[in-house]
Amino acid sequence: MHKTWWKILGSVLVIYTAIAGLLLGVPHLAILNETIRNLYFHVPMWFAMIVLFSISVFYSVKSLSSKSEIDDIKAVESVNAGIIFGILGLITGAIWAKYTWGQFWSFDPKQNFAAISILLYFAYLILRNAIDEEQKRAKISAIYNIFAFPMMVVLLFVLPRLKDSLHPGNGGNPGFNSYDLDSRMRMVFYPACLGWILIGYWVYTIRFRIRSIENKQQHN
Amino acid sequence: MQLAKEVKYLIHKELLLEWRSKYTINGVLLYVVSTIFTCYLSFVSLGDKLTWNALFWIIMLFASINGVSKSFLQETKGQQLYSYILASPAAVLISKTVYNTLLMLVLTTIALGFYTLVFDSFTPPDMVLYYVAVVLGSMSFSTVFTMVSAIASKAGNGGMLMAILSFPIIIPVLILLIKLAKNAVDGLPWENSYDEIAMLLVVNVLMVATSLLLFPYLWRD
Repeated sequence: MHKTWWKILGSVLVIYTAIAGLLLGVPHLAILNETIRNLYFHVPMWFAMIVLFSISVFYSVKSLSSKSEIDDIKAVESVNAGIIFGILGLITGAIWAKYTWGQFWSFDPKQNFAAISILLYFAYLILRNAIDEEQKRAKISAIYNIFAFPMMVVLLFVLPRLKDSLHPGNGGNPGFNSYDLDSRMRMVFYPACLGWILIGYWVYTIRFRIRSIENKQQHN
Repeated sequence: MQLAKEVKYLIHKELLLEWRSKYTINGVLLYVVSTIFTCYLSFVSLGDKLTWNALFWIIMLFASINGVSKSFLQETKGQQLYSYILASPAAVLISKTVYNTLLMLVLTTIALGFYTLVFDSFTPPDMVLYYVAVVLGSMSFSTVFTMVSAIASKAGNGGMLMAILSFPIIIPVLILLIKLAKNAVDGLPWENSYDEIAMLLVVNVLMVATSLLLFPYLWRD
């Protein structure tokens, strides 16, 4: 029980946000109207992705000094889990954009930069496939992962601020800013972020365990 | 002090090698000139200055991938081992980056001159600001591509990996460069471009710092 409490907490929080996010009241803002509920389902995906990619960079740094295979598997599996959340974030954003902006993909800077930062991690996975030797693969892919991480931060957090975007919260659009979020939304939004981060971490641990069992079987 | 001496010596070596064969500079120059001609012949009806600006940067992007990727991909394993014994990894990386920056500067300057010659209507009103963009572009292209070409050469699968690995990293830089160059083409006052210039400098410092931290691990086989 002492090891599974956070899994239970994550599941309860996600189930709670799925129900409360659709049923509880929200403030009525121009343009957004009821689609503001997407905040509960779209934004937590990015939080989970950032947390998973940070875990991956942490283990990449660790594997450079420890040269342990376990750290390498941890790094790649957290990228795998993070990419799932990144794609989910793009999809939830695109569906929302279809109803608010009229198009799934309207080449908004935020959409583009998010897509590019996911390309970065696909490149990481392809780099891994290109190298056969295990130790070399661990080392080179860890280096690329660390090299790419600051660029992802620039892409997601700095560049969108320099460009005009229609995304809520940018350029005077009514958004998910602190003053737009009333206390009713905070009651759902914060648990949603925590819940999805926990679920993301859970997905990563399961993937890591499967991968290490497969590795053991190969070595025997 | 030791580092500065090594860097100076290695840059001298690179320049000497290039001077003897003149392969990279002439090859990439011909590449740029023929690409500009091809673009001119295929897009001749386009009158929009901004399209020409974007096209210039795309041509420079591909030319610099071809030029800079040579720095590590071209060297044999023996050559790399030799410089590994002789010099510190930081010196190797710094010398390659500086050399590539010089190479790109010469190249982009000639390309810009040729570009304005061929496309008479293109000449940006604020040439100084455009040249600042060109200098910053040469710097950023060489810092990013030098490190990525080192990664690609160690992975042992040259050309294709180079493109896949470097594009997602260079796209944000390219967007900033095109924006900065667009300001110059539109003839906006300099105050409007300080954001982009500062951002490009920050990205460059960031890239050089991470490369310097990571390269020693990559270099040691």
